[in-house]
Formats: sequence, structure tokens, C-alpha cells
Amino acid sequence: MKDFVIPWDGVDGNGIQDDRDMGTPAKSGAPVTLTIDGFEITVPTGTSVMRAAAEAGITVPKLCASDNLEAFGSCRLCAVEIEGRRGMPASCTTPVADGMIVKTQTPKVQKLRKGVMELYISDHPLDCLTCAANGDCELQDMAGVVGLRDVRYEAVETHFATRTASGPNPKYMPKDESNPYFTYEPSKCIACSRCVRACEEVQGTFALTMEGRGFDSRISAGTKLDDFMTSDCVSCGACVQACPTATLQEKSVIDLGTPTKSVVTTCAYCGVGCSFKAEMNGDTLVRMVPYKNGKANRGHSCVKGRFAYGYANHSDRILSPMIRDTIEEPWREVSWDEALGFAANKMRGLQETYGQKSIGVITSSRCTNEETYLVQKLARAVFGNNNTDTCARVCHSPTGYGLGQTFGTSAGTQDFDSVEHSDVVIVIGANPTDGHPVFASRLKKRLRQGAKLIVIDPRRIDLVKSPHVEAAHHLPLRPGTNVAVVTAIAHVIVTEGLMNEDYIRTRCDWDEFLDYATFVSDAKNSPEATALLTGVNAQELRAAARLFATGGNGAIYYGLGVTEHSQGSTTVMGIANLAMLTGNIGRKGVGVNPLRGQNNVQGACDMGSFPHELPGYRHVKNTDARDVFESLWGVTIDPEAGLRIPNMLDAAVDGTFKGLYCQGEDILQSDPDTKHVAAGLAAMECVIVHDLFLNETANYAHVFLPGSTFLEKDGTFTNAERRINRVRKVMAPRNGYGDWEVTQMLANAMGAGWTYTHPSEIMDEIAATTPSFADVTYQLLEDKGSVQWPCNAEHPDGMPLMHVDGFMRGKGRLMITEYIATDERTGPRFPLLLTTGRILSQYNVGAQTRRTENVAWHGEDVLEVHPHDAEVRGISDGDWVRLTSRAGETSLRVTLTDRVSTGVVYTTFHHPDTQANVITTDYSDWATNCPEYKVTAVQVSLSNGPSEWQEAYASQAAQSRRITPAAE
Amino acid sequence: MSPDSMVRMANQIAAFFKTQPKIDQAQGVADHLSDFWEPRMKAQLVAFVADGGVGLDDLVVEASKRL
Ligand code: SF4
Ligand code: SF4
Ligand code: SF4
Ligand code: FES
Repeated sequence: MKDFVIPWDGVDGNGIQDDRDMGTPAKSGAPVTLTIDGFEITVPTGTSVMRAAAEAGITVPKLCASDNLEAFGSCRLCAVEIEGRRGMPASCTTPVADGMIVKTQTPKVQKLRKGVMELYISDHPLDCLTCAANGDCELQDMAGVVGLRDVRYEAVETHFATRTASGPNPKYMPKDESNPYFTYEPSKCIACSRCVRACEEVQGTFALTMEGRGFDSRISAGTKLDDFMTSDCVSCGACVQACPTATLQEKSVIDLGTPTKSVVTTCAYCGVGCSFKAEMNGDTLVRMVPYKNGKANRGHSCVKGRFAYGYANHSDRILSPMIRDTIEEPWREVSWDEALGFAANKMRGLQETYGQKSIGVITSSRCTNEETYLVQKLARAVFGNNNTDTCARVCHSPTGYGLGQTFGTSAGTQDFDSVEHSDVVIVIGANPTDGHPVFASRLKKRLRQGAKLIVIDPRRIDLVKSPHVEAAHHLPLRPGTNVAVVTAIAHVIVTEGLMNEDYIRTRCDWDEFLDYATFVSDAKNSPEATALLTGVNAQELRAAARLFATGGNGAIYYGLGVTEHSQGSTTVMGIANLAMLTGNIGRKGVGVNPLRGQNNVQGACDMGSFPHELPGYRHVKNTDARDVFESLWGVTIDPEAGLRIPNMLDAAVDGTFKGLYCQGEDILQSDPDTKHVAAGLAAMECVIVHDLFLNETANYAHVFLPGSTFLEKDGTFTNAERRINRVRKVMAPRNGYGDWEVTQMLANAMGAGWTYTHPSEIMDEIAATTPSFADVTYQLLEDKGSVQWPCNAEHPDGMPLMHVDGFMRGKGRLMITEYIATDERTGPRFPLLLTTGRILSQYNVGAQTRRTENVAWHGEDVLEVHPHDAEVRGISDGDWVRLTSRAGETSLRVTLTDRVSTGVVYTTFHHPDTQANVITTDYSDWATNCPEYKVTAVQVSLSNGPSEWQEAYASQAAQSRRITPAAE
Repeated sequence: MSPDSMVRMANQIAAFFKTQPKIDQAQGVADHLSDFWEPRMKAQLVAFVADGGVGLDDLVVEASKRL
């Protein structure tokens, strides 16, 4: 694929800044000056002649080079002449030298290049006019550039002709169409190996190899017997993007033609927040291509953001508003006015009958900052209460509390580029290759360069051992014992004197450190003493602790395996302690990095979605923070915290919480203890679901307001590195309105009188009220591409690294983290521990990804069981089993694997028909009520199909989803 | 909120503050409750304590008096 530079580069508002392919990667060395075609140019040492020429605006023909890959020097098309050197060196592999004089276009090189092209073309099916890459093919372009006019070689053998004069062509290679999103057409391959190198260097999967020699060279996914789907390929698309020809080609381009315009936007899936170019034909999205200037992803992507956008046009999408009086009735399609009037009347009526605090909202980590801000404003300014919460409650609320207590801000400390400077990386309670794939690729690249990895996870996640990457230490702890393990690491660091005393003395509170040191040094916190409890080998833990403390720049990345526990907040504090103890905060390559689950978890927290906090993490009890909003909005803000999601459900069951506006969240599927959630929803009198699909929560809803996709609206997402990225509207909303407009209409139906005409005005209001966003405007994002908050007068360019000269709260605070076992214990009835997670191809509750071809990789949730645990229960691979906890039971299929230890079972929660959350309990983090998803005592036994509960659920869902269309 | 889950949640908070040195632990619990518990929940707790507070940690009982 080549870079489309013209005709739309620089068109206002599309966000594209120069993203030409410079041929080879950028270098950073001392300046070197040389002359190319008579022009003097200065570049860093180590730069290739090709890149230097590109910097000077001179394009040297090339086929095997690309600036995201190390130069390879195989095609010879980029030959140049250099004064004083013999022959014609390849400019992509020749580094610049001071005083070098280069000529990129001489009769000699032109002749050589023509010869090279003739050879390529002789085994190429010249069906350019009907080829999917027509107009987007570097081979075509190069034929033009070198002035290829005739081909002197008569091809005796080819790989493209299906037949020869004497019968079927034995060399013919058919297309591999196994991958749902792209094809491999070997007959068009020019063996440049860009794809092979992209898979290795960029993605780090090593799925591709070059097979055969010379004329017969072709790439192969996996072994000879494999196709793309059976190989290790994870469908990230890096090879497709790298391929200069139609050999690896998106099926969407084959179907729809090459795109004619392009707009930069942000992936709506995980918290990495990759930037993409949405490439369009009119208002049809042809493909999503990772954007090179995207600072989170640097031109890379995963299968979700790259390919899984088809849900936007799925037939399940609901485009008309619907209402009903009771959930037993079928839905009635109505006009927007009627639906909003109905909703507003009900909500106001509930407040009249049951009080001002009887209704609330749930904002979404999938929606934009602007939308989230409006939803919490709806609660605070229109409902007049603080009953606003977000799904971040159920994932990263302990991060907010834990980092707020220790550092003074609830956010990750680094940017993603930082990992390029790390020497030792701890990954705890996260599975980046599945959950945060582009970050995982960047991490693996650093690991291949020699950085060391420590994995702390009950499961042997892929990072523990994958091609060319192996963890130095894997500590497979028992679910629920994070605090004990983290504290034992601190024990080793302190008792062996490995802490960074200077750092602690200058940056932290020394008295608190002394208390902390006494606490961790206690023998009961030693790895030997805790081994019985945690299941972690003490020697291995000691070695890991020593490595982290002494191995250079140490960075910690963590995920929901840390937070979703009864001691989630305590573990976050423990992680912050480790970073402070070792002086690993405040520079590149170190830090504490929460990997956020969904795209805008960070933003949802920043925007005041929590019931105790106004935007910018200011407690509602603070008069000065309330004043800001009270004077702007002309309302009085309740100084008392509102209800959190679990509290809303409890209050609903108690009869004091009656109405809910739920934007873009599916609490029935995603929240723990499904039966309790269902009981809470069923007890409410008005549930308004604002979503793309009739999700599970909508089974209990009275109003359905159709939502819009990220392609259909303007806004911003804030990723895990606090980076505010633009989301740009590339097509009109199919439902008629952007989600921010829908919220505004609902607010106005309740008498709010809001008058926003564009999301940029909402951002202006955020900036005016929230100090850490003070300088953020859409214009700034247009100019800079993106910015990491805080962005204000003190930090006009934002802040890539936090706590550089001191902590936001002043002195860093080392906190005592005593291990307290969860109440959830195994016993004779429930002897195994269930832990949950996610998989690469699916996202969260799967509402989006299940409606794409991604189901080819993961069509159902399966239960991972250790072969030993299976054997004693008479269970074999593939059997249906019943999974039971004290909360409920469900059935699913089993896979036997030693990735999980004995005593531990694991599953994902992407499919509503399995509903892993029927099993999970209502236990939660002590500080934030974040549910304890990661530890549930269960039993597993053979079964022969869905449980009664599953059958009852399926029939209730079918009943509840009936729709009576509006009369014409 | 069921009394059981209220008791468990409150005791969990107390369990954390009990491990924190050199602070007024009851005040720590009281502050946490007043920062994060909605008035209905606090009222339920106070009423539960008035009813004998069976199962509640002493620290919670003490904290509830400062709400
Ligand atoms: S799609 Fe990604 S993982 Fe698959 S072969 Fe291409 S680069 Fe490798
Ligand atoms: S498939 Fe494409 S990128 Fe890979 S070697 Fe062939 S032409 Fe090059
Ligand atoms: S899902 Fe995450 S890693 Fe994948 S493309 Fe989207 S933001 Fe990037
Ligand atoms: S581009 Fe330099 S040898 Fe291929």
C-alpha cells in the first residue's frame, strides 16, 4: 500500500499532517551534511541516503524499503551513484557520511532500475485495470517512475497463469482467502519481504516466512500446511499495510474500490487509543489504516481497530427511538419527540413521587469526553443530584483512589513511547497481547532489544513465552493474593537494601517511609512466609524483586487483574510503593501505567462521571469546585456524594431509586452478579437505554434512544496515557443524531435549555471549568494532533511524563498495604477459583465485535481448565460443563490447558449466552466498590447443555426484544 | 442495600484503616464514608448502629458516630 499524499492532504479539518513514507526509520545522531543532486542537506548520523534524499524532497525509487522497517536492501531499485564509490550502492542501506556527494538519477542507475523492473514484471500478471490495488500499487508507480516501456524477457514460466501450453501450470498458486479481512494472492508477490519484516519488527508475531528460492520465493503464513487462519497470524494488518502490491489486500478494497479521501480519527476500542485514517469513498468507509503520526500507535494497529468496524452497518442496529410502558410489552417505534417527551415526563414524575435523588445516569467509557461531560451535567444540573457513575467503576476506580492517595493524581505517569527506554518491565494483572495489542507490540519490540520482563499473573499469558520474547520471571500467583505478592517484593527490596534512598529522601515523606519499611520488613511479609498463600516460589520472587530494583529503568504496567479485587485499591498503592521505593517515577522508561480497558476510561474519569467528583477530580464537598459550576450553570450542586452503580442497584431493590439513563453501557452483561443487576433493573420504573443495539440491559428498558458510532460524530477520547485524541465525523449519523445531541435533547425535554451546536463548544466549557484542560481547544488538537493533559498555562504542550520534579500532591506517600484475604474462599462445595479476562478479537461485552467477522476467531466463551482438575472430574477437552458459584450457574465448553494452574479456571465474558457474570459475586473493592471479578469460588462438573437459567434468560430476552414498527 | 452487604462493606473499610499507623483510624473510616457513601447509605448505617449494629467492627461503630 502506498501513502496517499494527494489530493486531500492539508484539506482543513481532516487532521492529516505529513505522513509520507521516508523509506527508512528516523535516527537520532550528531548532524551530518551531504549533497544530494546538488542540494545540501543535514541529517542525523546513521540516517540512510534514501531518507536524507526524502528529507530534501527527493524521492528515490524503492520497493523493499519502508520507514517503519529496518532497511533490507533486496530490490536494488533504490541504487544511486556516490562520488568516489564504486558501483551503485542501495540508498536504503547506505548510511550518510559527511561531505558525501550523491546523484539519485543518472543514466547508469536509470538503466539498472529499468532492468530490475523488467525482471519483476516478467512474472507479474499485468491485469492492472482490474487489480484491486490499481492506483494504490507501488509496483505500478515504480514502473512509471523508472520509465519502463517494454519487457525484453519472455517469461517461460510464471506463477500467475493457471495453465501452460501443456496443461495445468504446476507453479500456479491459488489465492488464500481464509482470513475474513484480507486475501493473499501469491501470484502477485514480488518477494520484497516487507510483510515478513512487518510481522516481525512491527507486530512481533513472526507468523510469516519467505519460502523457496529465487524465482520461486513466496511468503508463507505458518508451515506449508497452514493458511493465514490456521497460522499464528493475529490479523493485525501490518503486513497488508506494508505490501507494495495487491498480494496482501483488504477484502473491503477488493469490494469497494480504492478510497478517495481520508480523515484522521481514533479507534473506539481499547485504551491504547490508536490513531487511524478512515479512508472513504463518498460516505462509505473503505478501510481503516493506522496513522503514522498517531503518537500512541506510531502507525500500528490490531485486528479490532483495523478491521472490526462492520458493526456500524449491522442489521441489528436500531435506528428509531422506541418506548413501552412495561418491559412485558413489545417495543413501539415512535418519533424522537415522542420518545424524549415520554422519557422526560417519566423521569420528572419519578422525582416528584420518590424525590430528587430517585433517578440517575451511567456514562460510558466508550463515548467521547464531550458526551460524558454532558451526561454528568445532566445529573448534576438537570436532575439536581450526584447520581452519576461510569463503567470505570467496575474496572479502574481503584486506580483513581490508589494513585490519588499515593501520588496525588489518578492517571498513568508516562506516554507509550516511554517503553522504548525501559530496562525492566513488570506486567501485573494484564494480558497486553490480547487486551492492549498495540502496546504489546511496542513492549515486545523493546524486549527483543534486551529489556527484561517480569509477569505476575495467575495464567501463563502469551508474553511469558512467545517467539523471540521470554519473561525472565513468571510469578503465577493464586487469584486474590496480589497484595501479598507486591508486598513481598517490597520486603525483598527493603530488607536487602535495594531501595533508592536518595530518591525516597528527596521525593517522599521520610517518616512515612520509616513506618512503611518497618511494616514490609516484618518476616510475615517475606516471600517465604507468603509462598503458601500465594503459591509463588519464594526464590523466583526474590530474583524478580532484585531484577526490578537493580535492572535499570523499571516500569510497571497493570490492568484489571490488579483492580478488580476486594483489595484492588490496596494493590494499586502497593504498585505505587514499588515505583517510589526504587526511584522509578519521573523520567522516561519508568512509571506506573494503568492499562485502561476501554477507549475512554481515562476520559470518563476525568470528566466527572464519578458520583463524588466534579470534572478534574474535585470532590463535590469542596465549595470552590462547586462554585465554578454553580455560577456557570446557574444551579445548586449537591455537596454530598451520589450513588455508585452497585449502590444504585441496591437502592433500586430497596425501592428508593427508580429511573436510570444509561448511555453506551450494558450493565446487565458487564456488571457482576447478573441476577442482582436484573433485580435492580426490574425494580426501576424508567430505564432509558441509549445504545447502538438492543443490548442486554435493554431487556429491562422502557425507552430506547438509538446511538451513533464513532464514525458518525465529532469529539475526543482520552487514552491510557492521558492523550486527548480527536474523533472525527466521517459520515452522517444513521440514527439522525450524534450522542451528544441526544443527551442535549433529553436535557432540554426536561427543561434544561442547552444550546450547544458543536462538540467543540462542549470542550470549551470543559476547558473553562477544569484546570487540567484549561488550554485544550479543537484548534490546538488540529495543530498538535493530540495533547496529554494537564494542558494549561503551566504546560501549554501538555505533559508526557508526570511527577518529574516532584509529585502532584507534594511528597510521594508510601502506604502500608496489609494483605487481607477476600471473603470469597474456596471450600468443599466450590473448590476452584474462577478468574476472568478477555481475548484479542473480542471487546468487552462483545456488542460491537460479535457483530463483525471477528467471531471467526472467537465464537463462544470457553472455560480453561487444567488437565489435572479436569481428569479428577471426568472432563475431556471440548465437553460442556456446568460452572457453579454461590451466585449462580451457567454452562459452557471446556478447553484443557496448563496455562492455568491447578485449582484455577479461566474464561472470557464476551458472549451474553454464556454470561460469565451470573457466576461472579457482589464482593467488591473496599475503597471504591469495584467488583471482585477476578476471584470467584466455583465448581465445575459435566453437563449436557445450557442451564435452566440460560434458557430462561434467552426466552426473556427474545420476548423483550419484540418490536412493533411505527405505523406508516 | 442488604444489611449483610452493608456490614461487609463497612468492615472492609475499617479493616484497611486499622492497618494505617499514626492516624485517627475511626476518623479515617468516617471520612471515607462521608466522601464515598451516599446519604441514604450513611443513614442506613447510622440506623443499623442504633439498632445494635450486630456484626459491625467497633471502628465502624465509632466512625458512624462522627458522620
Ligand atoms: S496480519 Fe499481522 S500477525 Fe498476521 S501475518 Fe500480517 S503482520 Fe503478521
Ligand atoms: S506479499 Fe507483498 S510485502 Fe510480502 S513479499 Fe510479497 S509483495 Fe512483498
Ligand atoms: S483496539 Fe486498541 S490496540 Fe487495537 S487498534 Fe484499537 S486502540 Fe489500537
Ligand atoms: S528499496 Fe533499497 S534495495 Fe529495495
